[in-house]
Amino acid sequence: MSDEATTASLARGSAEAEDAETDETATDVSTGAQAVVAALEAAGVEYLFGVQGGAIMPVYDALYDSAMTHVTMAHEQGAAHAADAYGIVSGDPGVCLATSGPGATNLVTGIADADMDSDPLVALTGQVPTEFVGNDAFQETDTTGVTAPITKDNTFASHPDEVGTDVGEAFALAGSGRPGPTVVDLPKDVTQGETDRTPGAPEPPAHYDVPGAADPDAVAAAARAIEDAQRPLLLLGGGVIKAEATDVWRAFATEHEIPVTTTMPAVGAFPEDHELALEMAGMHGTGYANMAITMTDTLIAVGTRFDDRLTGGIETFAPEATVVHVDIDPAEMSKNVEADHPLVGDAGRVGEQLTAAVESSPKAKKWRAQCQQWKSEYPMTYDAPEGEPLKPEFVVEAFDEATGDDAIVTTGVGQHQMWAVQYWTFTEPRTWVSSHGLGAMGYGLPAAIGARLAADDDRDVICFDGDGSFLMTLQELSVAVRENLDVTVAVLNNEYIGMVRQWQDAFYEGRNMAAEYGWCPEFDKIAEAFGAEGFAVDDYDEVADAVEGALDYDGPAVIDFRIDPTANVYPMVPSGGDNGAFALREDQL
Amino acid sequence: MSSDERMDRRSDRDPGLPGPAPGDRQRPRGKRNSQGIRVDPEAEAEPDVRRTVISALVAHEPGVLSEVSGLFSRRQFNIESLTVGPTTDDDFARITLVVEEPDPGIDQVEKQLQKLLPVISVRELAPDAMRRELALVKVDATDPDQVSAVADMYDAKATDAGPETATFEVTGSRQKVEAAIAAFERFGIREAVRTGTAALARGPESTADYPAEFSEEDP
Repeated sequence: MSDEATTASLARGSAEAEDAETDETATDVSTGAQAVVAALEAAGVEYLFGVQGGAIMPVYDALYDSAMTHVTMAHEQGAAHAADAYGIVSGDPGVCLATSGPGATNLVTGIADADMDSDPLVALTGQVPTEFVGNDAFQETDTTGVTAPITKDNTFASHPDEVGTDVGEAFALAGSGRPGPTVVDLPKDVTQGETDRTPGAPEPPAHYDVPGAADPDAVAAAARAIEDAQRPLLLLGGGVIKAEATDVWRAFATEHEIPVTTTMPAVGAFPEDHELALEMAGMHGTGYANMAITMTDTLIAVGTRFDDRLTGGIETFAPEATVVHVDIDPAEMSKNVEADHPLVGDAGRVGEQLTAAVESSPKAKKWRAQCQQWKSEYPMTYDAPEGEPLKPEFVVEAFDEATGDDAIVTTGVGQHQMWAVQYWTFTEPRTWVSSHGLGAMGYGLPAAIGARLAADDDRDVICFDGDGSFLMTLQELSVAVRENLDVTVAVLNNEYIGMVRQWQDAFYEGRNMAAEYGWCPEFDKIAEAFGAEGFAVDDYDEVADAVEGALDYDGPAVIDFRIDPTANVYPMVPSGGDNGAFALREDQL
Repeated sequence: MSSDERMDRRSDRDPGLPGPAPGDRQRPRGKRNSQGIRVDPEAEAEPDVRRTVISALVAHEPGVLSEVSGLFSRRQFNIESLTVGPTTDDDFARITLVVEEPDPGIDQVEKQLQKLLPVISVRELAPDAMRRELALVKVDATDPDQVSAVADMYDAKATDAGPETATFEVTGSRQKVEAAIAAFERFGIREAVRTGTAALARGPESTADYPAEFSEEDP
């Protein structure tokens, strides 16, 4: 930071300290660590997820006197995922803490996940004292170097007087504009060092610019394109939920009767039981969403970065569509798909601008009928005959029926994740919590812990997990039990790394290398050993009782559903394939 | 598990979903190219790569260069050269990049650079921008007369001369520097170093703007 900028921000800090309102809440600090804690308090943080360790001890010591609740996780990866899910459900940045070296590197998966999904996350890492940096000291890792490619911004705290501002800026940056993870690396001498600078409310750096409304001329041109559309399609991305723009776009779609599909992070942005809903598009999206996205002539894409799991091969993606692209990040415009109408701005603001600018609805009666026909041609159905092995889709639907619309679903990554997103009928934003872009197995259970603490007590939190994903982070059950968190883990256990097994069958002649466990621990017994409630289900007639028992249990419960190991996820667009040529069964791949 | 059992668990037993097969579906007529731009389905043309100069004004602080170079490697942008140096203001440094990309790639380079917090402003320079590169070329000094004749041809200055080697400094456009190096080649180049391109916009136009809030805040 420049000297001038430092002076400016310190001047701002002292001006705020004189402000009466700030005075009431701020307690005077005397160390860098207390400034860190005060910055988090000033940001309104309620929960922290972390693991103790040598270099972060000064910060933990300062937390001893704080009203914020620290949740000690079993592993730092769990801390990062829990904080990430807390951010998704609450809309405020989640905060995780770890020590230097292995503590920081264990956070990396969770930070990378937040970066890929633009989730608001602040990670505070301990660091060896500045004088040891560069000496390969005990538990020294170049944390800012390691995390540079996977953060929105990161900072190496250099002075006790500035560390409070560093944390405030990290918090403000994580949650504003296009959200993302930030890291503040905290050398022990900086947190132990003396300061009297009490940080104020978080503020982004002076030159950080967040687009608001889009250029009015561009909005007008996009509005004309929408009015003239014959086959309009609204594609909602995760940015719609992050911008709290769900209502604006729901109203826009229903006002102009435009069919709606979503990306995976946007699941819940539009009610999936609505007549206009085509649900999720992409690799494992519905047949009707993929037909519509292939045949549309006007694609209104909001808050999406056109990930390859959505587009498939770019040559065949919406190949006849004029693209209206709304995004707060100018760098997303024409990054993967050319934007004919780039509208840079906040998804909510631009939604209001377009609502005002579009004067007549597109004449698309025939197109809507076509979309309805695709819905009946490509139904998401399955057979569940008694006496046959349990179908995972049946389990997902059983939970959906037993819970309210505001229930939160978290998942690991793999087949179970796809069954959950396909067969649960999502109707509300911030109810679907998953690892989309990074695809981090093991996300589900720690995410359920973070989601549980962010959500009101009367909402159910269900984690659908695979046997493989659950085995990666199940130690976090110890946290759920210790904190008495009411979460239900439904393990869809096929004793396989199922998605890999499915790909091996389709693309590697069934050579199931390293995808086949053939043996798994009894997850219900593991749950009991942790002090959670355990259930095991083999047959259809046991499902309802187990679901009810787990939901009624006041605390963490695990159900080991032994599902049909041959079950696959369809539809499927192979990697880089043509969305319109999605496979409905293996011989079409 | 026996192989029979394994076959039983194979996924071809999954009947999948109902609906028309891929070959029986409506097909669009359009197509995009690899850049995501809608193109004539009959045409196979891919956008042309061009070489251009991008100048960025950045905060003069530790780690900026590694952030910028990290961005280029992880996004697989093709850069020919990258130079960095201080400006007249101690708080800022200027990075000059020579990029070889199709137009959408050049656009991405600018936007992704702009997203890095220490980057203050970014601009692609016009084709008439002043571009200079410097090279030091150390050659065998076995034929001093001919060596200095070549040096004169390219306005190269001798910066070191001894019985065994002579070193010349060449300044100019990339083309001139390359031509000079090629000409020195026949004397046997011991080693050479090039700085990469430095560039400034021509005339009153500025190369990369100092933003208003910085100049206002600075007393």
